[in-house]
Amino acid sequence: MRYLPLSQTDRQAMLATIGAGSIDDLFADVPESARLDGPVAGLPMHASELAVERHLKSLASRNLVAGEAPFFLGAGAYRHHVPASVDHLIQRGEFLTAYTPYQPEIAQGTLQMLFEFQSQVARLYGCDVANASMYDGSTACWEAIVMARRITKRGKALLSSGLHPHYRSVCDTMARFTGDVLEGADPALEAKTDWADLAARVDKDTSCVMVQYPDILGRIDDMAALVAAAHAVGALVIAVVTEPVALGAITSPGEMGADIVVGEGQSIGVGLQFGGPYLGLFACKEKFVRQMPGRLCGQTVDANGKRGFVLTLSTREQHIRREKATSNICTNSGLCALAFNIHMSLLGEAGLRRLAGANHALACDAADRLAKVPGVKLINDSFFNEFTIELPVEARPVVRALADRGVLGGVSLGRLYPGVTELENGLVVAVTETVTAQDIEALASALEEILA
Amino acid sequence: MTRYFTQEHEWIDVDGDVATVGITDFAQGQLGDIVFVEVPEAGRAVTKGGDAAVVESVKAASDVYAPVDGTVTEGNPALADDPALVNSDPEGEGWFFRMTLADAGQLDGLMDAAAYQAFVAEQ
Repeated sequence: MRYLPLSQTDRQAMLATIGAGSIDDLFADVPESARLDGPVAGLPMHASELAVERHLKSLASRNLVAGEAPFFLGAGAYRHHVPASVDHLIQRGEFLTAYTPYQPEIAQGTLQMLFEFQSQVARLYGCDVANASMYDGSTACWEAIVMARRITKRGKALLSSGLHPHYRSVCDTMARFTGDVLEGADPALEAKTDWADLAARVDKDTSCVMVQYPDILGRIDDMAALVAAAHAVGALVIAVVTEPVALGAITSPGEMGADIVVGEGQSIGVGLQFGGPYLGLFACKEKFVRQMPGRLCGQTVDANGKRGFVLTLSTREQHIRREKATSNICTNSGLCALAFNIHMSLLGEAGLRRLAGANHALACDAADRLAKVPGVKLINDSFFNEFTIELPVEARPVVRALADRGVLGGVSLGRLYPGVTELENGLVVAVTETVTAQDIEALASALEEILA
Repeated sequence: MTRYFTQEHEWIDVDGDVATVGITDFAQGQLGDIVFVEVPEAGRAVTKGGDAAVVESVKAASDVYAPVDGTVTEGNPALADDPALVNSDPEGEGWFFRMTLADAGQLDGLMDAAAYQAFVAEQ
């Protein structure tokens, strides 16, 4: 069957019906700066399949691909080795199902997988209960803020300056429509976090304090004092984890008393995939479960006493609670959750700890080597597999120069915080198990060359 | 003490300026096993017909409305640990909240026990 798109007459009729002058009018809400101002250069209107394939291949070959170069990019998305068995298993027919279970109990396999996934997330985060996943880390972050508002009935959230700026930006966008007050800031290029300052600022109008762990600069801090200060005035602590592999090595936020723990699950089982689809993780203390957004799978027994799985506490959800639901999220990232579940099952607790150990050891080697590059200063006094260095010059052009030498050297803070001059010399370097000693040497010597 | 009923299946006991509110035996029977109740906190102003509490059963989640205008003085703390009290004693120990009345005249629009029985019989 040929695919026949709409004719010009069809389009005109539809536009006339809704009262729009042109198709461009439909995109009026998209800022001018984000719109293409003409056809993509070098892309003809019509070409054969073979010609298109050839053309796109030549375009793609201009990319420096993650897997084909020394790779030190992180800042919220991490390149880890995903075993081939994960990809094979997630494609098995038994797992093929509607993306979200609307008649859930007939798909017992899906529910069992989600139940296992929730158990893994809850254990990883040190929490009592986790949901069946969210869209991604940043949206999970926002859902946690509004959950804290529902629990505390207060509308002001303090966001640590170590929170990923893109997460903060997603929250700011949402808060424009809800009236929540979010107090955030850009980080300082120093070893200490702003957690002590947050502990001093939290008051009886604060719904929650949100901290990232490890944070955007890779720093790790003890949450206990902040938790005590927040709880003393009835505020909650939300921890955001963008690199879950870290929790194979460091104490989980839940163990330190965080009330809600959210984050990105991409690191485990899900590749970089050009930025998505990713996997939001969401967990909390049991006493808050009725205010938690999202689907929740539970284990029970059937009429014959046999183990079975159900969706539970659904009265929090939109399909039952309508506009009074805890959230408008009715779905979960089923396939990414499955990949996470399978990768985590293959690793096991011992495997995760070994993986985390390997990441940290390599990151220490890289930090030691880079600190020896003349003019380079290591900012962190603690980190897991990611740290920040300060260059004697602006980092963004250096990253470009490194790429020209075939090294993907890190994420410049100038890219994350455009226009913030205090941060422009900062470079965030991530080092996972995929990095070799040769890769570290390649980065260090290329940096020496560029800075010489 | 006088007991009034609403068409939304709440009951309200009025004793001077203070009233106690809950849901009727008929309502709990329709809802089935109650698993969670969210009661309002003291000091909250409620309006006649407006949301005041939430009751959740194995079948559904429903709002409980304030029968009259007023201010909540107390939510029933026992329901947090034992929501099934609403099933076992809906018109006694399973009360939801206590409130002061802003306008006692609003009670005139509510049903008495006999009228409510007749109302339920038609349902």
